[in-house]
Amino acid sequence: MNRKSKYLAFPYSIWMLIFILFPLFLIFLYSITMRNPNDIKTITFTFENFAKFFNPIYINVLIRSISIAGFSTLICLIIGYPVAYLLTKTSDKNKGLLILLFILPMWMNMLLRTYAWMTILGNTGLINSLLNILNLPNINLLYNNSAVILGMVYNFLPFMVFPIYTVLNKMDVSLIEAADDLGANGVTIFRKVIFPLSLPGVISGIIMVFMPAVSTFVIPRLLGGGKNVLIGNLIEKLFLVTRDWNFGAALSMIILFIIFISIKILNMLKIDKESGVSL
Amino acid sequence: MKKKISKLYLTLVFLFLYAPIVVLVVYSFNDSKSRGTWGGFTFKWYLELFKDRDIKTALYYTVTIAVIAAVISTIVGTISAIGIYNMKTSRINLFLNINYLPIINPDIVTGIALMILFLSINIKLGFSTMLLAHITFDIPYVILSVLPKLKQLDKNITEAALDLGATPLYTLRKIIIPQIKPGIITGFLIAFTLSIDDFVISFFTTGSGVTNLSIEIYSMARRGISPTINALSSLMLVVVLGLLLIINKRTTLQVKE
Amino acid sequence: MKEPIIKLNKIIKNYNNIKVLNEVSFNVYQNEFVTLLGPSGCGKTTTLRIIGGFENVYEGSVFFESENINNIPPYKRQINTVFQNYALFPHMNVFENIAFGLKIKKTNPNIIEKKVSKILSLVGLGKFEKREIDSLSGGQQQRIAIARALVNEPKVLLLDEPLGALDLKLRKDMQVELKNIQKTLGITFIYVTHDQEEALTMSDRIIVMKSGNIQQVGSPINIYNEPVNSFVADFIGESNIISGIMKDDYHVSFLGKDFKCVDYGFKKMEKVNIVIRPEDIEIVEKDSGLINGKVKSLVFKGVHYEIIVVSKSFEFLIQSTKSSKVGSTVSLDFNPDDIHVMREISYE
Repeated sequence: MNRKSKYLAFPYSIWMLIFILFPLFLIFLYSITMRNPNDIKTITFTFENFAKFFNPIYINVLIRSISIAGFSTLICLIIGYPVAYLLTKTSDKNKGLLILLFILPMWMNMLLRTYAWMTILGNTGLINSLLNILNLPNINLLYNNSAVILGMVYNFLPFMVFPIYTVLNKMDVSLIEAADDLGANGVTIFRKVIFPLSLPGVISGIIMVFMPAVSTFVIPRLLGGGKNVLIGNLIEKLFLVTRDWNFGAALSMIILFIIFISIKILNMLKIDKESGVSL
Repeated sequence: MKKKISKLYLTLVFLFLYAPIVVLVVYSFNDSKSRGTWGGFTFKWYLELFKDRDIKTALYYTVTIAVIAAVISTIVGTISAIGIYNMKTSRINLFLNINYLPIINPDIVTGIALMILFLSINIKLGFSTMLLAHITFDIPYVILSVLPKLKQLDKNITEAALDLGATPLYTLRKIIIPQIKPGIITGFLIAFTLSIDDFVISFFTTGSGVTNLSIEIYSMARRGISPTINALSSLMLVVVLGLLLIINKRTTLQVKE
Repeated sequence: MKEPIIKLNKIIKNYNNIKVLNEVSFNVYQNEFVTLLGPSGCGKTTTLRIIGGFENVYEGSVFFESENINNIPPYKRQINTVFQNYALFPHMNVFENIAFGLKIKKTNPNIIEKKVSKILSLVGLGKFEKREIDSLSGGQQQRIAIARALVNEPKVLLLDEPLGALDLKLRKDMQVELKNIQKTLGITFIYVTHDQEEALTMSDRIIVMKSGNIQQVGSPINIYNEPVNSFVADFIGESNIISGIMKDDYHVSFLGKDFKCVDYGFKKMEKVNIVIRPEDIEIVEKDSGLINGKVKSLVFKGVHYEIIVVSKSFEFLIQSTKSSKVGSTVSLDFNPDDIHVMREISYE
């Protein structure tokens, strides 16, 4: 339209440089440097921060983070896919209301939602209090891996449902009718038509759950206690308690790396499926 | 039969989603601190909430930062989106990839990166740093909201305006912006909501006693179960419910038109 | 001769390394109804958009009232456009759409009201001021688009296939209406279409284009009767196009026979293309015409019969009000001045 209007984005590009690119560069810088032990004013370039990571303790943290996040993502998928599917099947007048009801918990503050499970699972919480009334002993429901997984699923389930719902909702009904007309039964129609076509939504859902799940530190802190350290907690501790910025930065780079690789792999699957879908 | 199972399944999932919230609300009226016994109906936790200075400060900062950040990021984001829309395709991709980094990066990395930035150039952490951080992660969402609406614009309509004598600026004001208004409003609402709700990024970029609701809840929760948090939850639930109902009414009205 | 109101001089336009316009030049005179006619991709819309100011030229100049307007943006040209998809402002009602240009010129609101009302009556949509755009039918939107452009009293109006989306009956009615509006208001119209019948109906002059080149410029009758090459002949109306040899002035040979014709000035024995219009051929009894042939098909078209007669492996298309029996042998008759000879040059 106007040759001059492309410069409208110029001020923001400066902002991006200062507040998005430069900070990331700083993290990178911190991750590959260390303070010179002999002369604290100078820094040396080193890969020691990354080498430090290859200690069984830290590797375990990474493995635990990935497996817990992965497991939570899987549960979200198993529970969430049917929800998305059934939501598309509801009548139009109920659809709006149901989606509203589904969104509502999402709008509640994430910390409150996590805290809610503390009050249910804790030693003085709802479940244990009910058990006490029935003269049954306490169960340790809180401060373990399962509690963390429960917290993750509870918080991130809607993020799995919505991409899948969006794709399913937009799906051309005539494709299903065509398959039906050609003699496919319900299961086959799902396997060969509906699920493959919904795959882009599934992959979006997986990305949107796995990413925050693998990097969160609130949920493991509140529901996992001090013991169940995930990589997010580790990074927080390194920056705010231990003040080992170099190692913390290295871990941040590692987490960025994991996330970008996951997105790359999943997106490749997405493009593959989007271009090569067949009935 | 299939319908019954579907209904049952959906009901179970909804129960799962709402049970904790219901528990929160119910216990906000419980006179006893313990979860096991019902000590009677009371509003005392709500009164304590209103007297709590920390919470009131947190609320003040939360809303102030959210409003300022949302307004600034909507203005900057909309103008930048218009700029992007007019850029050459080769440049656009590079620009957008960087722009979407705050959305793709985990909160903790964004928060820490900004913290390192501020501390490295010796800016004391506080209100301004938290505000700058919020604007930084809000703008990409505004652009994400406005850019598609720009792409959907009928090019001929803009040309028609120019053809009839409108300067590019006039066309922007009277033709383009009215047509992308839904995107701008949505962008504002998303930015506002994200800022109200943010925890991680605010946690790392604030200091000097500046706090927000999420940070406040976090410190309270770490100290243990406290029914004042429950009272806060109920109130926030009511506000959110109200907002959603209003938005829903607006969208159904718009659809009817 | 009067100065043209619009003059295009050797316009070259490239798009992605493809030459979209190749040295296009023509004049448009005041109060003319000129049509740019050609198939999809011939460059007619691009030419129109260059005149309107929405596209730049690579080389060449556009003159408006003898002034070079190459670098003048659309909002400063006294030219208005009617777009193919109407491009009405969706967030404004009919009145606001039409008044848009007047408001920019800071016209007095009372005068705006009067002008809008007048133009709405002119296009047959009086009292439509308060209507919303999405409540209008295609034909109505079309007329609002025309009204919106005309109310600014431009010196030249550009129309980009404005009737394309309308059904046949409405299209034909609108053709007549547009022609009347043009004559009433005395505005120069530059019209773009791929529909040759539309061009023949409405235009004072037609500019036929193909692949970025002008093939022929002339009045409808002129182009129809004297197509300058086989493309124009084929594009305008139905034709029979036969290859032959110009033996001498007024003497052409095709399908193994010699014919008297009215064309001259060709080289001796030059290869030519011959055009004979279907309605100019008469079917007569065997051996009593110029060429014999066998009737291959007969189709009733309402207005006439469309008959194909095969003669020496050439399929003649004939339009006649009399029918013929399929399979019968007949003879074809036509006058020397129905034979149109054209050079055998292909304009690619």
